[in-house]
Amino acid sequence: MQPTPPQLAALKVTLFLLCLAPLAQLAWGAAYNTLGANPIEAITRSTGDWALNFLVITLAVTPLRRATGWAWLIRLRRMLGLFVFFYAVLHLVTYLWLDQFFDWNDIVKDIAKRPFILLGFATFALLLPLAATSSHFALRRLGGRRWQNLHRTIYAIAILAVVHYWWMVKLDTFRPALYAAAIALLLGLRAWWRNAKHLR
Amino acid sequence: MRIKSSEITPVAAFRQRRLLLKAAAATAASVATAYAPLSPALERQGGERLSGVRKSFLSVMEQPTEREDIVGYGNFIEFASDKSGHVERSQLMAVRPWTVAVEGLVAKPRRFGIEDLLKLPLEERIYRHRCVEGWSMVVPWVGFPLASLLKQVEPLGSAKYVEFISHADPASMPNVRRPLLDWPYSEGLRLDEALHPLTLLAVGLYGEVLPKPNGAPIRLVVPWKYGFKGAKSIVTIRLVEREPRTAWMKAVPDEYGFYANVNPDVDHPRWSQGKERRIGEFFKRKTLPFNGYADQVGQLYTGMDLKKYF
Repeated sequence: MQPTPPQLAALKVTLFLLCLAPLAQLAWGAAYNTLGANPIEAITRSTGDWALNFLVITLAVTPLRRATGWAWLIRLRRMLGLFVFFYAVLHLVTYLWLDQFFDWNDIVKDIAKRPFILLGFATFALLLPLAATSSHFALRRLGGRRWQNLHRTIYAIAILAVVHYWWMVKLDTFRPALYAAAIALLLGLRAWWRNAKHLR
Repeated sequence: MRIKSSEITPVAAFRQRRLLLKAAAATAASVATAYAPLSPALERQGGERLSGVRKSFLSVMEQPTEREDIVGYGNFIEFASDKSGHVERSQLMAVRPWTVAVEGLVAKPRRFGIEDLLKLPLEERIYRHRCVEGWSMVVPWVGFPLASLLKQVEPLGSAKYVEFISHADPASMPNVRRPLLDWPYSEGLRLDEALHPLTLLAVGLYGEVLPKPNGAPIRLVVPWKYGFKGAKSIVTIRLVEREPRTAWMKAVPDEYGFYANVNPDVDHPRWSQGKERRIGEFFKRKTLPFNGYADQVGQLYTGMDLKKYF
């Protein structure tokens, strides 16, 4: 299955709009006051969840491409990766603004005292160079190999993001464990392919 | 209308039917989204008005939080690990018949039926409620001082602490089937804390019978401590000699201490305790020592290092 260029363009537009749906749901909820008793917590949780969801989806593109043989799937990956960044920005801004109201004193204390906050910041910092080098132009400037090496930090980011979630949870680690399992599977597949290639 | 029809149908059958319908609808609704608000059908819970409730001078002069938020948002870990999943799931908990055993180091151990406890002189106590997670509410509880119950059983001189044991039913409580905490949920107070006039056994909310999500039919309320000290759906109150290890202390000893007094200067590894978000408000407010009850309870802790006894 190979979509024609107009089909691919239509697919990209549809996917783009679909990726904005979680934000639309939050905006709707905020406008109509349906986010529950603690809307700011709901927004923080939801944007964090969606950053992680898009991370899992982005990491699934390559395995899916290999399983189906649909090489064109790779052309959707940059957009998905940028949506990881997009929801991570919203997640961070929610924390800085709606949770801490830019009280830098408190924010610095929070980072120093709470390992999961520190980890969240570190994860976000690692996302920045990837978002900044997502364009074709950056790819050409860096050269394929260097670009690829840089973008492999997404594997570390995925692990850090799950640990950030895990450490935030007070008691029931079921949901972070689900993400951990998904990411372990997606990274494990890559390690396995690598090994298989070396053995051959 | 609802109360009238229940006079025709046997109350238990009527309620059970409604609950099953509600629970089925609620489950379907809750699957739709994890951040779903209360479904309209669940907004009113409890419902039966308590009679002869007196106002109390121990109430705070603050605007109580919306009833819908008090019922719809909170932690009832036996039912759910998030802030709202317990609302629907707790509907299947049977709260009649219900007895509270008061036992241990007492001269006259006794088992109190909930009907008898509801006949005690009831007071409305509007208290601040501060959760260890950094949010707070103002809750118009209805109940009676724990001291008035303890007096009836005559604590022995050897009794130094009071242990509270919650209901734990794996059949109706999904999380009790998982090893999250050492079930049943248990909490504890020093005897002088338990006898303090502010310490309340709540059986109602907003003038009505306590809704199930808030720990029906009877729960502990200790307004100067973090909310988790307030054991819900209590079945046993036991007077003991040694400091009991509570469910949270057993699960995460470095995060939860026995005292758990609200203290903006003692940080929790997960949440800053300097500020709180009052449910219904946008900006955070400063957290007060002992949740604003320092004048009434500060003397209980004279000479104690509150950073050590957190």
